[in-house]
Amino acid sequence: MEVIKIATAGSVDDGKSTLIGRILYDTKSLTTDKLEAIEKTSKQRGYDYLDFSLATDGLVAEREQGITIDVAHIYFSTAKKSYIIADTPGHVEYTRNMVTGASTSQASIILIDARKGVIEQTNRHFFINNLLRIKDVVVAINKMDLVDYSEDIYNKIKADFSELMSKRDYQDQKITFIPVSALKGDNVVNRSQRMPWYTGQSLLEHFEKLDKADIFNVGTPRFPVQYVIRPKTEDFHDFRGYAGKVYGGELSVGDDILVLPSKTRSKIKDIYFYDQKYQTASRRSSVTITLENDINVSRGDMIVKDGDLPTIDKEFTANVCWMDSKQLVPGAKYVVQHGINKVLGKVERINHKIHPDYSGIEKNVTELGVNDIASVTFKLNKPIFYDQFKNHRTNGSFILIDTQSNNTVGAGFIQ
Amino acid sequence: MNKDTSHINSLENEAIYILREVAAQFEKPVLLFSGGKDSITLVRLAVKAFYPAKIPFPLMHIDTGHNFPETIEFRDKLVKELGLELIVRNVQDSIDEGKVKEESGRYASRNQLQTTTLLDAIEEFKFDACIGGARRDEEKARAKERIFSVRDDFGQWDEKNQRPELFDMLNGQINLGQNVRVFPISNWTELDVWSYIEQENIEIPSIYFAHKRKVFLRDGMIWSAEDEVVYRDDHEEVIEELVRFRTVGDMSCTAAVLSDATTISKVVAEIRESTISERGARIDDKRSEAAMEKRKQQGYF
Repeated sequence: MEVIKIATAGSVDDGKSTLIGRILYDTKSLTTDKLEAIEKTSKQRGYDYLDFSLATDGLVAEREQGITIDVAHIYFSTAKKSYIIADTPGHVEYTRNMVTGASTSQASIILIDARKGVIEQTNRHFFINNLLRIKDVVVAINKMDLVDYSEDIYNKIKADFSELMSKRDYQDQKITFIPVSALKGDNVVNRSQRMPWYTGQSLLEHFEKLDKADIFNVGTPRFPVQYVIRPKTEDFHDFRGYAGKVYGGELSVGDDILVLPSKTRSKIKDIYFYDQKYQTASRRSSVTITLENDINVSRGDMIVKDGDLPTIDKEFTANVCWMDSKQLVPGAKYVVQHGINKVLGKVERINHKIHPDYSGIEKNVTELGVNDIASVTFKLNKPIFYDQFKNHRTNGSFILIDTQSNNTVGAGFIQ
Repeated sequence: MNKDTSHINSLENEAIYILREVAAQFEKPVLLFSGGKDSITLVRLAVKAFYPAKIPFPLMHIDTGHNFPETIEFRDKLVKELGLELIVRNVQDSIDEGKVKEESGRYASRNQLQTTTLLDAIEEFKFDACIGGARRDEEKARAKERIFSVRDDFGQWDEKNQRPELFDMLNGQINLGQNVRVFPISNWTELDVWSYIEQENIEIPSIYFAHKRKVFLRDGMIWSAEDEVVYRDDHEEVIEELVRFRTVGDMSCTAAVLSDATTISKVVAEIRESTISERGARIDDKRSEAAMEKRKQQGYF
């Protein structure tokens, strides 16, 4: 099984860090020394319970303010699977971090405080999960201990959330509701005795039972050439290997391929992983490919199967999540990094802003501020080879780089 | 090839991808090599990433002068076998030049002093990317580290202003004077590293395996009494125990653990059962709740 990465989203005080701490504690993933540190600090602060959020909130500012301000990665494994949790902050102003955490995740947990129910933040969290097409979403209704483990409250929240679900455009997403108490450990790792009305799985049981097909998208193979390997040694004098990662599907020896952008035809001769030759390169493997013909291929080119072409264009429209304090305006130029390929792009127009709380779109927008999400059309100085994001997560996404600061200032999902 | 069946192999594929990005995006990368298991794992991954070509960047060791002798012997052997270029820069030189001052007292360590030597070496060779073996599971400030982590002219880490990293896309564009620290095994745990060492049959220094050693106890930890750089009070009694080291940092701040694991598979089994974190034996992290974060802000690796 591959590593499963789970993004978590929740508002301030929904108990996200506590939930993660609880998972670590109940799966015995917290080592004695870390546990001792948590006990010591909890005691110093006069708490009468263990503050598991101390296990994850790694930066001083976070511990001072008691909030999470950056994506933290937490690792644990069970006998069945290895997990990475991307603990992302839930504030409005940290949408960018949420998008970041979700971009590499296959599953996610949306936390709702049982006392507060579905709030505006919940809409945003769900929106981002949809925008990024996370396949498996668990809605964890937390703090059930504070509402007397009430089935009515659980059902009410479930009904409110279901209303949101009708608005999403990614309908294949699987959504599971679980009532939990992170603080008391109900339905997190172990099933709760205090909610006999709930007969479903605990949170961890749910993830343990996920199948690969439930969480990974499989589609058309794309092979962006990352690096050309030319050893120029006696043994490998004429060796020209194209190193890269296979996305979306498999490639096999003998496949008829096209090299983009030149559209030169060839066949896959050998597939190497280190010094071994393989018949097939599976999805997400970092291999080295050699071709039958001696053609000119360089970094940024893409090898695809003949007859399975992506869109080759100098213009595209995408949903963009803006991440910089300096605004995005029409006419501005950015480096568009599409996978490993970099081209120069110009903002042709901002089509409309999308309110991430499902309250609709806003036209006649002249600029985008940090955490805004909008449909934007770009023109490029060179064509790129893309798929729509809904068909290909990797080949349908890109980042924007500021040409002066060199910072990553936005992320986009091609429509 | 059915490479996606084990999670170790998916981590391996990710690390190889990152190493190739470094070679493609930077002009002068370097692999920071400490002689520890994480950097040995990195070397193995780099060999695989660029085969049949040689690793297209040199190795650099920032030598505290307080290394376990076994580590240095191992380093030189590895470099020779693989035909790699090795650069060594010494903390002792930074001390002699008066740039840093040796710590004193029972907790004295050269661990922190490495930073100055490292930053000077980066400037000397104009390295724009330094590949390191840090892992996010090691420590909670490291849990927030990016795979491509940008450092300013002073080598400082601005933890509140980190670049977002989306999907597989790594942005290695930097301004003049900046450099990037790259962590290809960010997503590996200690157990993953050991499982990989076992799977690949990678050779590692002998001090990682159980051996008889003269040691003494302090603060509930086991310290080597065989090396004079480890400060020992006269009343601290020397005993002989069967121990091994879980990390091999500066000798002065690396404690041993009791162990009878003499082979890699026994070590893997031991770590699986262990209830103490790897850095639990690193006194430098115990200095304060935020010890690692502070060191990183100052440019520590």
